Amino acid sequence: MLAVAAMLGLSRAALADALRPYAIVDDAIPLSLTGADGDPARGRAVVLLRQNTCLLCHSGPFPEQRFQGDLAPNLQGTGSRWSGGQLRLRMVDASRLNPATIMPSYYRIDGLQRVAEPLRGRPILSAEQIEDVVAYLATLRDQPGKHE
Amino acid sequence: MSVSRFIAAAILATALILPHADAGEVAFSERRSGSTFMAPETQAMQSNDTANPGMLGVLDGATLWGKTIGAAEKSCASCHNDASTSMSGVAARYPAFDDTLKRPVDLEQRVNLCRVDHQRAPPLAYESRELLALTALIGRQSRGLPIAGGTDPRLTPFVDKGRATFMRRQGQLNLACTNCHDDNWYKRLAGSAITQAHPTGYPLYRLEWQGLGSLQRRLRNCMVGMRAQPYDADAPEMVELELYLMSRARGMPIETPAVRP
Repeated sequence: MLAVAAMLGLSRAALADALRPYAIVDDAIPLSLTGADGDPARGRAVVLLRQNTCLLCHSGPFPEQRFQGDLAPNLQGTGSRWSGGQLRLRMVDASRLNPATIMPSYYRIDGLQRVAEPLRGRPILSAEQIEDVVAYLATLRDQPGKHE
Repeated sequence: MSVSRFIAAAILATALILPHADAGEVAFSERRSGSTFMAPETQAMQSNDTANPGMLGVLDGATLWGKTIGAAEKSCASCHNDASTSMSGVAARYPAFDDTLKRPVDLEQRVNLCRVDHQRAPPLAYESRELLALTALIGRQSRGLPIAGGTDPRLTPFVDKGRATFMRRQGQLNLACTNCHDDNWYKRLAGSAITQAHPTGYPLYRLEWQGLGSLQRRLRNCMVGMRAQPYDADAPEMVELELYLMSRARGMPIETPAVRP
């Protein structure tokens, strides 16, 4: 039990130190956070999982999801409006583009106040999850695509 | 698109599409109780005393009101007599300034101060059945009366602090109360109406809780949703937030015990 807790503590600390560096060019992060392409099917699952918070505010082409929010744009057509790099920056830290945005920064651990203790030092999503979501959103074209 | 062009476009879009965005506090004339967002069935449940489950707490409170407790062997009624007379309008002006403590106390704290100081009895736990019942009984005596929170000038600095907490972003999701309850109250978070966060009916019966709960419990629900570290029950920030919300809702009628989804 203690050993497990110690391992979890260690991995959390390691994660906190290991936010992967990224470079912003104009309004985009052109390069993958992981160095690899994400998986669109996994990305769809990340978006739909309630605890990841996307559907609290966004709606989208998810007819099987009964409760979707309307605080933020419908995700339909996202891939036609933005490049992968633009989507990546909007996921990682949308406040860089609009300090007044209500879109949380999904890959950021600094500059936050009163974060719940178990979540301190952890981004909302991992780099791998960000890449999966970026890959999925890129498939959401104005013309219905294969993932809809 | 360059960053500056993007920001300019975002500001323009905001101005065109979202008339309420970043508009600051909800306009006085636009204020609406949470009950106006509810389904007619839930509204009917609230307005009919025989269907309102919160009334069980009020009845419970009436029993406790007359019960002799503590080393002083007093009941609430020993000093305050008939609650329907003595408590009329009291909940509408809480949190109120305490002369001894030199700070605002909420209704729950007032009940416990009375117990400790006058009845010589132990304080009741927050969210305990007894404390919810007594505050429901007291709140019920203000039903229909206008909220008069924060009118005492000694409360002004505490109202301001509560307002600052309401406006401050917090938690892993980095949201402030105002982001939803001033700027986006007319929208839906997942399937649920956001509402303007006016504390008109506490303690209230929340269907999601299957029970009565205090305003502090509701505030804590939101903080957990923002993935913020909730404040302790006695934290001054909680009372300041309650006070700000009551001053923000000034003039709106008390609905206690309200029913909410």
